[in-house]
Amino acid sequence: MATEQQLSAIKGSKVLMVGAGGIGCELLKTLALSEFQDIHIIDMDTIEVSNLNRQFLFRQSHVGQSKAKVARDAVLKFRPNISITPYHANVKDPDFNVDFFKRFSVVLNGLDNLDARRHVNRLCLAAGVPLVESGTTGFLGQVTVHVKGRTECYECQPKPAPKTYPVCTITSTPSKFVHCIVWAKDLLFAKLFGDKNQENDLNVRSSDASGSSEPAEDVFERKKDEDVEEYGRRIYDHVFGHNIEVALSNEDTWKKRNKPRPIYIKDVALAEVIQQNGNLDKVPVSTDPLSVSAMTTIGLKNPQDVWSLAENSRVFLEALKLFFLKRGKEIGNLSFDKDDQLAVEIVTAAANIRASSFGIPLHSLFEAKGIAGNIVHAVATTNAVIAGLIVIEAIKVLQDDVRNYRMTYCLEHPSRKMLLMPVEPFEPNKSCYVCSETPLTLEINTSRSKLRDFVEKIVKAKLGMSQPMIMHGHALLYEVGDGLEEDMATTYAANLEKVLAQLPSPVTGGTVIMVEDLQQELTCTINIKHREEFDGEKEPDGMILSGLTEALVQKNDEASKENGASTSNVSETVSVEAEEDDELQILPAVSGLAGKKRKLPDNANSSNSDLSGVIDETKIPRKAIDREDSEAVVVLDGNGERKKKRGQ
Amino acid sequence: MNGEELTEQETALYDRQIRVWGVDAQRRLSKSHILVSGLTGTVVEFCKNIVLAGVGSLTLNDDRPVTTELLSANFLIPPDESVYREKPLAELCCDSLKDFNPMVRVSVQKGDLSSFDVHFFDKFDAVVVSSCSLNTKKSVNEKCRKSSKRVAFYSVDCRDSCGELFVDLQDYTYSKKKIDEMTECRLQFPSFEEAIAVPWRSLPGRLSKLYFAMRVIERFEELEGRKPGQTSAADLPNVLNLRKELCEAHSLSESQMPDALIERLLAGTREFPPVCAIVGGILGQEVIKAICGKGDPIKNFFFFDAMDGKGIIEDIAKRNNEAEQFQIGCLEGCLEVD
Repeated sequence: MATEQQLSAIKGSKVLMVGAGGIGCELLKTLALSEFQDIHIIDMDTIEVSNLNRQFLFRQSHVGQSKAKVARDAVLKFRPNISITPYHANVKDPDFNVDFFKRFSVVLNGLDNLDARRHVNRLCLAAGVPLVESGTTGFLGQVTVHVKGRTECYECQPKPAPKTYPVCTITSTPSKFVHCIVWAKDLLFAKLFGDKNQENDLNVRSSDASGSSEPAEDVFERKKDEDVEEYGRRIYDHVFGHNIEVALSNEDTWKKRNKPRPIYIKDVALAEVIQQNGNLDKVPVSTDPLSVSAMTTIGLKNPQDVWSLAENSRVFLEALKLFFLKRGKEIGNLSFDKDDQLAVEIVTAAANIRASSFGIPLHSLFEAKGIAGNIVHAVATTNAVIAGLIVIEAIKVLQDDVRNYRMTYCLEHPSRKMLLMPVEPFEPNKSCYVCSETPLTLEINTSRSKLRDFVEKIVKAKLGMSQPMIMHGHALLYEVGDGLEEDMATTYAANLEKVLAQLPSPVTGGTVIMVEDLQQELTCTINIKHREEFDGEKEPDGMILSGLTEALVQKNDEASKENGASTSNVSETVSVEAEEDDELQILPAVSGLAGKKRKLPDNANSSNSDLSGVIDETKIPRKAIDREDSEAVVVLDGNGERKKKRGQ
Repeated sequence: MNGEELTEQETALYDRQIRVWGVDAQRRLSKSHILVSGLTGTVVEFCKNIVLAGVGSLTLNDDRPVTTELLSANFLIPPDESVYREKPLAELCCDSLKDFNPMVRVSVQKGDLSSFDVHFFDKFDAVVVSSCSLNTKKSVNEKCRKSSKRVAFYSVDCRDSCGELFVDLQDYTYSKKKIDEMTECRLQFPSFEEAIAVPWRSLPGRLSKLYFAMRVIERFEELEGRKPGQTSAADLPNVLNLRKELCEAHSLSESQMPDALIERLLAGTREFPPVCAIVGGILGQEVIKAICGKGDPIKNFFFFDAMDGKGIIEDIAKRNNEAEQFQIGCLEGCLEVD
């Protein structure tokens, strides 16, 4: 029960919630019941059916509407006299600047992606407003408190970096189903239905890449008046048959690996499945393009079933056909969407056929969709528990009850009898470039790397800045923003294409660069160190930023190390980001990184000296980090950006 | 196992949670029947969770009229007197809960919980009671145990910013994931009466202080003929006397249930919504796990105190049959050794 003092602090407060999803709904409800009177809530999403199993403020009839607005309406029903201000917007909008954040007593995050979390972290630091962060995945969850100058900021400790797969693993030597999904989604699907001008590694071979004189695009172009089914079979044979044969021709690749087998249509027992063909006429014409389905046409009803090679092949051909016949207008513009049934079907089928080829176990549509769509499993109960914990911390923050701030972990399996484990927050990390503004060092080849590479790979990807400004002394090398004068814009565009040493204000070894994001009010000082050579495999970006609190090294695919045959394409990595729904950031036990060691609040546990206030990793399921099955997979280039367009 | 498929509607709605516990578990949930009695804020949270999870049916028992105090932690009822006047709590909650998931049958069972017979409880897979006298708690638990099929019994009580959850799954066999495969485990749960009868001095050291404090207050209410939760700070002196007696009888130090804690629990008659959410969430997870027969259950008490933020599991059961305990325990070493 809240004390008088607590109630008075609560009633006088103004709270900002970021996110009105799984955690958000539970949080808004609990805040309202706890007598908070002035709540603002930002969420850019609209309601989907799959939200309804836990985002209980929403109903079927609300699908498509703004989460922030519907959540507010629902809560006002049982607390009509409080003020809830919804914003159907992206928290990264410039409108939500430091002045906006300054209006609040505390900020409560219920976000689903790292990027937004970092952004909010910086704004809270700039505004001097405490932040309560949280995340959930399945039965796991955590709540953390961040107060400038008093505790670590959200970025003081490393967060699991997006999982990356070397391109050659995807294009030539997959060993896991997820590799096949990435291939099917980001290469094949993109090639067939996406922007034709995009670079695409689909025909990249593990052999000497320079020998590729074959005009790869022609193969995928559907010839004028070519029968759709004919086209489908041709594509099938090309990617599952021909391309595999080509890969096999390079003996080196397969010395230590199991060889894949090429699969051609003629070899697959389609006969019995083909009888279903013609059912297409009987399927009622649907006006909704997203509900067209190859599965149902063929008679495969259960998304949990694992299809045979023949069934997968049939789905592939049928889906391809349906895309052309029913959704021809979209071809050339399509990107994969997990809610696009036909897209999910074709990607599942293609991934399975490839998996079959490489001796990798096949998966059901349900499983494949989870992997391809970065779906995070989620239940209402964990969100409810976390929401309760958030409010408890928020109340402490409102009262400046510093000594009682806790990071609380909701575990699936008890650790020393605890299902809910509170830990004292650490002091700020003096090496944190975000809250301690410690300078960083960048090793880079200043004669070879362009400013553009620096902006994409370092400033945006690693530093998480969205509207950066880059300065060398007084010289402005680059900036982003509306209202740039034309000549400035031209200069910046030109600068992007220059190598660092050739910039108007040359950047070479020993130079100190300032990178700033005005909205986040974050300034980074970077010391440049020139370096000639980088290891193509281990340092694919050709740049090393140090002084950062780096995330734990991701397991590198073993195959990539043994793959001596691949050349130029090894230099790129495909990075992967966990998105969608609520994301858990488990803080790993990192020794020597955090500031003061703190003992746990409970004397009973003082015997566990190895813990030192940090969660004992061995006892916490590492599911969120090591998820093999539902691994988030999005193929981007190393910087989180779409690959360069050809010819531009 | 019934081979009914989930409907397309269910698959779409439950997608995210099916990814947590699987299709089979979801099917089992859809066939389960839950009874709750005592619609406290925590139980209302539990009801929301269990309805969203997609149980077959939920039966609500609470004939009390709505009061402002009951509304304080209840998000199901609009604070409009013209709406809630003269309707019992269960009925009002029922209407709102149905909205959360049209596929769940939510209904009201009127009457005094203690008057229902064994046969009545037979219909359910799990029974959750709250705000319930010690006698009723014991008797309902016994009726659940007498039933021919296993009826899981849970009691939950929140005072001030603390919560206590009790679990009785009787003779329980379940599966759990161990590294990469599923293993089977078996546990024996004592009844509430058996558990609280365990002499205090034979309980493991460093047991949660909440356990003892709750037992003292529970006994106080019983002796004084109070309704559950009908206490106040004014009762402190008498309760402390009772504590003294009980501690002497059990040869336990009074420091195991500090004054300050007891005072908080006596005075804090209004529920604290964050604790309702937390304990209601944990309870929801427990019931879901038990229905699915998957995952280690809480055995057999769970305590939460917002003041220290810990959520602790305590195993309170007779220890004299140690050999039996080990035999009955998990085949593959799932049994946790103290």
